[in-house]
Amino acid sequence: MAVEAMAPAKPVVRYRDEFAWWDRIKKPLFYGVLIGWSIIAVTPFFLTVVFSLKPLTHLYEPPFFLPIPFTLENYLKVVTEFRHLFPRWMLNSAFVAGLLAVVRTLFCAMGGYAFARLRFPGRDLLFWAMLVTMMIPGQVTLIPNFLIVRQMKLLDSLMALIVPGIAGAFGVFMMTQFYRNLPRELEEAAMIDGAGWFTIFFRIVLPISRPALLTLALFTFQGEWNAFMWPLIVLNSPEKFTLPLGLSWFKGEYYTVYSVVLAGSMFNSVPILLLFFLFQGYFTRGIALTGLREG
Amino acid sequence: MRIRRRQLGEWIAAYVLLSPYLFVFLVFNVFAIAYALYLSFTYFDLFSPPRWVGLGNYLYLLRDNLFLQKAVPNTLKYVAVVVPVQTVISLLLAFALDQEIKFRRFFRTLFYVPSVTSSVVISLIFLWLFKKTGVINQLLGLSIDWLTSPTFALPTIMIVNIWATTGTMMVIFLAGLQDIPVTYYEAAMIDGANRWQMLRHITIPLLRPVIFFVVTMGVIGCFQVFDQIYVMTAGGPLDSTTTIAYLIYKWAFQSTTPFMGRASAVAFVLAGMILIVTVIQRRLIERPGEV
Repeated sequence: MAVEAMAPAKPVVRYRDEFAWWDRIKKPLFYGVLIGWSIIAVTPFFLTVVFSLKPLTHLYEPPFFLPIPFTLENYLKVVTEFRHLFPRWMLNSAFVAGLLAVVRTLFCAMGGYAFARLRFPGRDLLFWAMLVTMMIPGQVTLIPNFLIVRQMKLLDSLMALIVPGIAGAFGVFMMTQFYRNLPRELEEAAMIDGAGWFTIFFRIVLPISRPALLTLALFTFQGEWNAFMWPLIVLNSPEKFTLPLGLSWFKGEYYTVYSVVLAGSMFNSVPILLLFFLFQGYFTRGIALTGLREG
Repeated sequence: MRIRRRQLGEWIAAYVLLSPYLFVFLVFNVFAIAYALYLSFTYFDLFSPPRWVGLGNYLYLLRDNLFLQKAVPNTLKYVAVVVPVQTVISLLLAFALDQEIKFRRFFRTLFYVPSVTSSVVISLIFLWLFKKTGVINQLLGLSIDWLTSPTFALPTIMIVNIWATTGTMMVIFLAGLQDIPVTYYEAAMIDGANRWQMLRHITIPLLRPVIFFVVTMGVIGCFQVFDQIYVMTAGGPLDSTTTIAYLIYKWAFQSTTPFMGRASAVAFVLAGMILIVTVIQRRLIERPGEV
């Protein structure tokens, strides 16, 4: 899987003349569309940054695109007055998302490898059943999973987020597709040398799966970092909240200090945006890969 | 004998490698689905054990006003607007990006930014932007009460979701467009095809599976819309933004007597609706023999 392999643009070719008018208008038209949507896509974030740097009294005051009057008091409040909340939430989110990114990626790779390479009774039935569970909307399992987690005495603890998340159909499916397309030569050579399945998987296959593992890890991290509905249902005490849940709760409890909400929301979006800018190719490539294979 | 031992080793290795996923699969998928189905035939309020009511919950839904008059029409309206609009915009953006354009990667990055941001943050930002005194009204010179008016609340949430998901769809379309081999176009050109014919006979047919995938994802996502509604309107005003997914949450987790059974029944109705719509649009998009 090549990283950041954005295909070159279509070569310029000579067409028949009846569409010459199209050639004249298409460039300005496309640039207009692209610039227009760029503005639409980015302005809300830009406004958030600007107004998080303005005092609360100016929450709806122009100028909209410059932080005048400028202040850092909203950010200071996040780390002083509300220091028992925001930093705690961020830590909780980072812990859950980071742990699951590692654990789920590993477990999904293991499962995917078994489906792609090993022969065992029940394989096709299991794989088919996995695909079926992927089609069932999350609302169906929401209530039973809440009851199961409640029975396990995990409610209101981060374990309620971790235990059901250690593996998932999407990741296993993605890794299965990856291993099906991976050449077998290295593994066959190792097998002739008498290596067992676990040696082959952990010593040879895992190291060469880095691009796919990183893609899945990033997806997992993003998903868990932003997750809302499941944490909302299983967590109750503010000190156990993840950042999205905390932000939503904070908005309800302290709706009069909306500037602090805006500043606090930066603690959620900036880390994930940094991650995205650093590993863009893995994100977009991953979407394209998993998307197209399923379609 | 050796061969058989080797084969047994392979079986064991496979199940060991699969065991973490199998745990999640058996407990949180298979058992959970069966449990949900059972619950949908019971009355269960968490305090006393589930009581079998047969089809009672499903029959109740047929005469519940909140479900029939609000949740179902709101969800269908939402899907009917958001899916086509986000598909068309993202396809248009992907076409524009697939041309000889400067700063392509830069544009693609910008378009994708909303897709990596959490739905809660997006909702919090737009909740503030769409206030009556908010920036959007001031920029447009309006004074609409977007999120507290029963007329505008659902359209506002539609706008927010279109804004949020178009980038993801665009990336998928762009990858699909770039997967079409250039040789097809070259061959068509030699045969004297014009641009319209190429679009009609090469691009659209070859993009059809991608369109199906994007629309399916859109349908599934829209039927399940929850986060934005929870944060921005909590189903109001006057239940004008109560969707099926929100109703499940409301009945199971927000009412003083939790209706776990009834909410489970709604979840299965939702799953059925998604299935039906997916099958219908598969028929519409993947017309065989037209390629």
